[in-house]
This record gives sequence, structure tokens and C-alpha cells, in this order.
Amino acid sequence: MTLTEKLLARAAGKKNVASGETVLVDVDVLMTHDVCGPGTIGVFKREFGETARVWDPDRVVIIPDHYIFTTDQRSNRNVDILREFVREQGIRHFYDVIDDPTGVWRFDPSRGPLAAQFGSRYAGVCHIALAEKGHTRPGEVLVGTDSHTCTAGAFNAFATGIGNTDAAFVLGTGKILLRVPETMRFMLDGAMGPGVMAKDVILHIIGEIGFDGATYRAMEFGGNGVSGLDIDDRMTIANMGVEAGAKNAIFEADAQTTAFVDARMKEHGTTRPYEAVSPDAEAKYLSTLRVDLAEVEPTVAVPPDPSRRAAARDLTDVKLDRAYIGSCTGGKASDFLAFASIVQGRQVKIDTFGVPATPAIVASLKESLLNGKSVWDILRDAGVRMTENPGCAACLGGPADTFGRINEPMKCISTTNRNFPGRMGHPDGQVFLASPYTVAASALAGHVADPRDYLQS
Amino acid sequence: MGRAIIGGKAYVVGDNIDTDQIIPAQYLSLVPTIREEYERLGSYALSGLPVERYPQRLTEAGRVPCPYRVIIAGRNFGCGSSREHAPIALGAAGIRVVIAESFARIFFRNCLATGELYPIQSSYRLNDGFETGDVVEVDLRSTTLRGANSSCGYPLTPLGEAEKVVAAGGLFHYARRMGLVRERSEAS
Ligand code: SF4
Repeated sequence: MTLTEKLLARAAGKKNVASGETVLVDVDVLMTHDVCGPGTIGVFKREFGETARVWDPDRVVIIPDHYIFTTDQRSNRNVDILREFVREQGIRHFYDVIDDPTGVWRFDPSRGPLAAQFGSRYAGVCHIALAEKGHTRPGEVLVGTDSHTCTAGAFNAFATGIGNTDAAFVLGTGKILLRVPETMRFMLDGAMGPGVMAKDVILHIIGEIGFDGATYRAMEFGGNGVSGLDIDDRMTIANMGVEAGAKNAIFEADAQTTAFVDARMKEHGTTRPYEAVSPDAEAKYLSTLRVDLAEVEPTVAVPPDPSRRAAARDLTDVKLDRAYIGSCTGGKASDFLAFASIVQGRQVKIDTFGVPATPAIVASLKESLLNGKSVWDILRDAGVRMTENPGCAACLGGPADTFGRINEPMKCISTTNRNFPGRMGHPDGQVFLASPYTVAASALAGHVADPRDYLQS
Repeated sequence: MGRAIIGGKAYVVGDNIDTDQIIPAQYLSLVPTIREEYERLGSYALSGLPVERYPQRLTEAGRVPCPYRVIIAGRNFGCGSSREHAPIALGAAGIRVVIAESFARIFFRNCLATGELYPIQSSYRLNDGFETGDVVEVDLRSTTLRGANSSCGYPLTPLGEAEKVVAAGGLFHYARRMGLVRERSEAS
């Protein structure tokens, strides 16, 4: 069996499963957020009754992160709906925006978009927060009401996005009906060259197989190059599996995985035993694609979909209006560090917005030094508008007052994951997807640029 | 739901219609289980489609139900986010069936789970052969699509078990029938 088949067989209490089979699977973690949580709660109450209890309050993780720093009242109300449900159900893992468990959340625009405006438990973008807080464990089944839930496959979990109705079913029963997907194997060999990042690898693969090349399927990553990819790299790759249509994307676990997971669980009191899964030698794959990491170049996905692949060096005549670094794909500490290494001591030419994914990342950017200066200060001094308010921000447009939102037709280069029409706000805005290196180089140049021309020692 | 033949005007779109075009992100703060907000979602269905390419809107001035019952699309319909707001907005606008060359997985699953729409695949490209406003008929029993003034039917891919889920009215009705969850009266 493949990694995904073996994992689902175990979760279904079966010796064997085959692709195409539908199985009823035990869920280890259900995650929901402010955009889909209120609807999920609504379906849960409608279907199980007003006084129903969730199947296990310790396995439900609720992370408001999408529409937080906005004066949009319905969005603020949605965070309050989550808080009330958490109180009623005794849910332990709720990363609220405010500290008062009986309070209401209101964003105060008079304090501006840059200064921190959240309490001590707020955790930022759900997929990164899940990992940071020790909720992603090898061998587990993690489902969430967000399509990029597949990110947790970086930790050897079966992780997939589901809708409100499915999530309500999980809330009430702890189970989900899943069709076992066929598996596509990706062999990542060798090592990435200078100026190349995991984002380029996944944009390369999506360009190769197409925006629906993995629809209904599992993407399984292996090969001798995986050990050279750190946890953040693996998260970036798994994160964008859904941009090829995949049901889940999954890595084998190694010493890096368990060290990361064990440390996070210990730090946040989320420890529980887990058992990693590896594929059988005789596993049957639908296809196998070998990727020589050394051959991957700085890559850009041009609008209007993530599979329109081009080499950054071939796009230097594309003039840009804006650059954006953030999101669950490109808003991690390592992403900002890469960005800083390019813009250090230089000035961006176009409006550039920086939104770290989580408060822990904000803190680490202020602490970690590059040539004696904090990463945060390097970006700010280079002219990047850095906000201390982590979250999804303009990655998906959001309410009109969202930080970094594209409110008029313009060209933006971004470390995010989607570039469909209207994704970052204005329907005629154009979004170019690229790595933090490429976005940094392009911000300096004012047009799409190959970061290899901007590397400094 | 559960009728064997669904007829009415078709609304025709191209490839890669993602969830932001089906229901733009600024409307996601609407909660589908709140009745008035459900209807408002319907009024914004497909409002993210670019106006130059789609001058004819699905819901003129946000009026629901819209004049269309069937959507005919190309590849990868519903790609993008997991938002259930997408099939719900279409259902709330009065759409009963989406026919596409292929569907994104989560959208397909959400159609079944909510029971809002029948997502039906066609093995060849139908969106080039029809125009918005054409009157069509979808026969769920024989899974064919027929134009009003044409005698030939286009065979569609049968939904199989999935049809029962939509016909039952969605995942929970189906799960009760299968004994996976208790009847609502004993639930609380
Ligand atoms: S950062 Fe963007 S892609 Fe990631 S969860 Fe938030 S909105 Fe979705």
C-alpha cells in the first residue's frame, strides 16, 4: 500500500484498503476557522440538536485567522460566534483574538493596521499555527474546513480540506466517509541550487501536471532530496498540493519531523502518542515523476491560474505595481529571512506589504539577526510595510479595509498560493505567484526579476 | 430535489471557474445556516465572473431565484477554496445542476454534502456547444442532457451512489438512512 492507503486503512480499522474504496475513518483532529466555523456550528446544531455535544472537545481546534483585522461587523461577529461555541462545549484548543472569554472582538482602526492588536492566545494563520502548537502529528487524520489543510501532510499526516456539512458530521461523530485516492509519487532528488526555494519546486510540479493533474488523488513525496528539505520547505510543497487539485499531499516522516513535532507538543502541552507511516516497497502508484531539484529554476505562475508556469528570467518585461509577502505558503520565518537576505541594505521600488503568518513569527523576526540587524528591521528599512497583526490578510482579498488588499486593477507579485481573477481583491487585479526570493528581487527591480541576479553574501 | 428531469435555462461558463468567482471572498462573512444570509449568498452567485467576458450576469441586480436552472462548464469547475458557500450560493440562486468536464474535489464533495446541486460530469466538452439562455433538460435517470429544440441527447457520466446523497437532500439525510447517525428526534 502507498502511504495514504496505509494510513487510511489504519484509521478505518482495516488491514487493507484499495484506491477507489469508500471507508469510514476515525478523525484525530478537526480544525475550523472564522470563515467556515460559524456555518459548521450552524449545521451541527441543526442536525444534532441545540444541546448536542461535540464528539471530543480535545480534538477540535478552532483558529480565527481570516477576517480579523477589519471593521467589517459581520466578520467580527463570526469570531464571537466561535467564542460562544467554545465556551458552551468546553473546547480546549481555541486560539482566540482576545483574552476575555466572555468579551467581544472589535478591531480598532484608529490604532492603524501595523501595531499589534490581539491578545495572548491568538495564533494567526491556521495551517502554520496547527504545526507551531503541536497539532500536526505523523500518522494522524487531520481534517479542516480550509482547502490548504493539506499543509499538514508535511508531517506525515493524512490532511485534507472539507466543507461545513462534512465538518459538522465530524463534530458530531468523530468520523468521516472518505474515498481512498489513487497515489501519484513524486521523487525529489538532489538539492536546490542558489536562489531557488521549495515554492519554485511546487510551482514547477504544478506546471508539469496541470491545475487538475492530481484531482481526487494523493501526492506522495519521497526521494533522496527530501532529507535536504527542512520542515518549512516541506510545508510549502504540501500546502500547494491542492493547487494541482490533490486530495492530500504527504511526506514520509524522518528525524527532522519527529524532532519538530515532539518539541512543539512538549512546549504547548499537546503531547499524545503517534505512529508514523511509511509506504510499502511494493506499493502501487498511478504514476511516478522524478524531479531533479538542481534543475528547478526560480519559477513564477502568471495569472489567471497556478499552473501557468514561466521562468522568472523570461518575465523581466512584466512591470509590477505591488509586492506581497505572507500567507500559509510564504509567510513563515524562513520566507522572511530569505526575503531579507535579498533586500538587505537596499530599497524596494514598489509598494511592498509584509504579513507574517503567526505572532510567533513576528517575534522571531524581531529577534533573529542577519549581519547584526533584526530581520524585521531589515525589511522595514528596505521600505516594506510590515504589520504586527498576523493572519490571512490580503491573500484572499477579504473585506475592503484588509491590509494589502488589491482595491484597483494592478499587477502584484506575491508569495501566496492562488492567482485566480479576484483572489487578492479587485477582479481585474493580476497576481503573479513566486518564491520569497523572487518576490524580493522583483520588489527591488519594479518588474519580475530573477533572484539569482540579486543574491548577496 | 429528487425529481428525475430538471429543465430550464442554461448558464454557460469556461474552464477553471474557481470559488472566488462563484462567491467572492468579501461575502464569506455571510453564514449559510442563517436564513437571510443564505438568500443573500444566492444573490451574489457567480458575481466574481469578469464582466467583459460574461456581460449577462447570473442574477441580474441580485434577484433570486435567477432565470437559470443549469450551469454548463468546462474543466475544473469549483477549484480553489473549501468554502461550502460556493455550492450553497448557486443552490440559493436557483441552480439545480452543474454539468462540467471536470470538478474540483472539494466542490464536488460539498455539492453532495449540502444536497444543493447535482454535480454531473460530461466526458466531452459541452460548454462550447451551448449558449447562455439555451433551454435544456437534464434527465437524471438516463443521465442525458438535451437541448430544447434538438432531438439528440448528450450522454453524461452517471453519478452512481453520489446521486442518492443529493436526492436524499444531502449528507445527513443520507447518513440517517444508512444508520450512520441517529434520527434527529433522538439526537439531542
Ligand atoms: S493564508 Fe491564504 S491560503 Fe492560507 S489559509 Fe489564509 S487565506 Fe487560505
